[in-house]
Amino acid sequence: MPLSVHRERCIGSGTCVYTAPEVFAQDEDEGLVVLLTDGTDQANERAVRSAVERCPVAAISLDAP
Amino acid sequence: MTEIDTPSPLRQDPPQFPMERKCPFQPPAEYAVMRAEEPVAKVRLAVSGKEMWAVSRQEHVRQVLTDPTMSSNFKHPGYPLQVPVPDDILQAMELPLVAMDPPVHGRHRKEIIPEFTLKRMQALTPRIQKIVDEHVDALLAKGGPVDLLTELAIPVPSLVLCELLGVPAEDIPEFRDFAETTVRSDVTPQEVGMAIHQMDVYLDKLVTAKEQNPTEDDLLGRVVLKNTEEGNLNHREIVALARMLISGGFDTLTNMIVLGVAALLEHPDQLAQMKADPELTRNAIEELLRFLSIADSAPSRVATQDLEVGGVKIKAGEGIINLTASANRDETVFENADQLDIFREIGLHSAFGHGVHQCPGASLVRVELKIVYDTLFARIPGLRLAVPVEELPFKRATLIQGLDALPVTW
Repeated sequence: MPLSVHRERCIGSGTCVYTAPEVFAQDEDEGLVVLLTDGTDQANERAVRSAVERCPVAAISLDAP
Repeated sequence: MTEIDTPSPLRQDPPQFPMERKCPFQPPAEYAVMRAEEPVAKVRLAVSGKEMWAVSRQEHVRQVLTDPTMSSNFKHPGYPLQVPVPDDILQAMELPLVAMDPPVHGRHRKEIIPEFTLKRMQALTPRIQKIVDEHVDALLAKGGPVDLLTELAIPVPSLVLCELLGVPAEDIPEFRDFAETTVRSDVTPQEVGMAIHQMDVYLDKLVTAKEQNPTEDDLLGRVVLKNTEEGNLNHREIVALARMLISGGFDTLTNMIVLGVAALLEHPDQLAQMKADPELTRNAIEELLRFLSIADSAPSRVATQDLEVGGVKIKAGEGIINLTASANRDETVFENADQLDIFREIGLHSAFGHGVHQCPGASLVRVELKIVYDTLFARIPGLRLAVPVEELPFKRATLIQGLDALPVTW
């Protein structure tokens, strides 16, 4: 399932990294979200959905297939 | 005339705000009534007598905190200040990050965000662990009963924050006084004014010293150094940033430690499972943040345009209080919301706020609480309350909920 990140909205809360550490990280220079994978598989889909819901500024989205 | 057509205790005469907790673990009972009967309600601020709106359902708290027409500007006359800041001091002060609006807010926040990434906070683990171990050694040597507040919950976060920011640990009493005064609603304007003034005098000296001897060893040093080179923030703006990091980082972790430990001790079955599997602590922390909601409300907002929230018309210039402690008990979002359940799949709690102002220190809180809870329960497996839970003295008239002491033994 494809994932998108919107770095222009990101405020570096780190919530996604905490919720789904296999999928999201923060870059060192700006502390903003980066994707570690270009999609999500069944193993981490639940964590990714939770991260999307918990992002305070809707900076990550799970696109419909 | 809708007030007369639909009589309700909350509507006839705006109830006073803040409302008091009757138990340190539970938000004021009025919040559940508000969520059910009048989710967007008028309240009267005890500190000023002014009428404000209060929103108590999660959907409305989220709406208000993410609406770009909602301002965080403390200086706006409609802003629901809950602490009596004298107006001359308020108008003259350099606003902290929490009181800025976009795009200025984003420019300032950018200066500290890379400093607070989860990875950088996790890298502090060995140092935090050492500080926690030393304090646990000391209280074990002392023998029970001890006050966990003074022996652990106050000194540990204070020391961690001082090291991180680069401020001398011997100045901690001065910060504590400031941090406590500026979150109380029962202090005089003179006391608040004096605390802000003393803090700014102190931080002005500290930042000046760092400007004269630039260092990369600590957070404030790096912010100063970067701004000497790039000139994004001026001296006064850096002082205001330091003031906010200190006021935001002192009482919050202290109270999450004491209330969190007390809540876990009151739920021995869940605690036993957490002790057996420290992986559970991560989830338990999120649940404790939701359940305890020590910051009863997120920073307030003032409307810059007319808008509608939950079918209620709010006019430009009117202030809104966001009851996060209520949103975190919203039954439509959390099943059995009033129960602590460390196994709960955590959805969206708003203990750190929501939207662009969400607490920049959230990752530090998560990392530090994990080390404190795991270490405490692993090293003192027989830890228990030294007084009945009903006798725990809890703080009153404060914006950050907590305890005045946590007597424990083992």
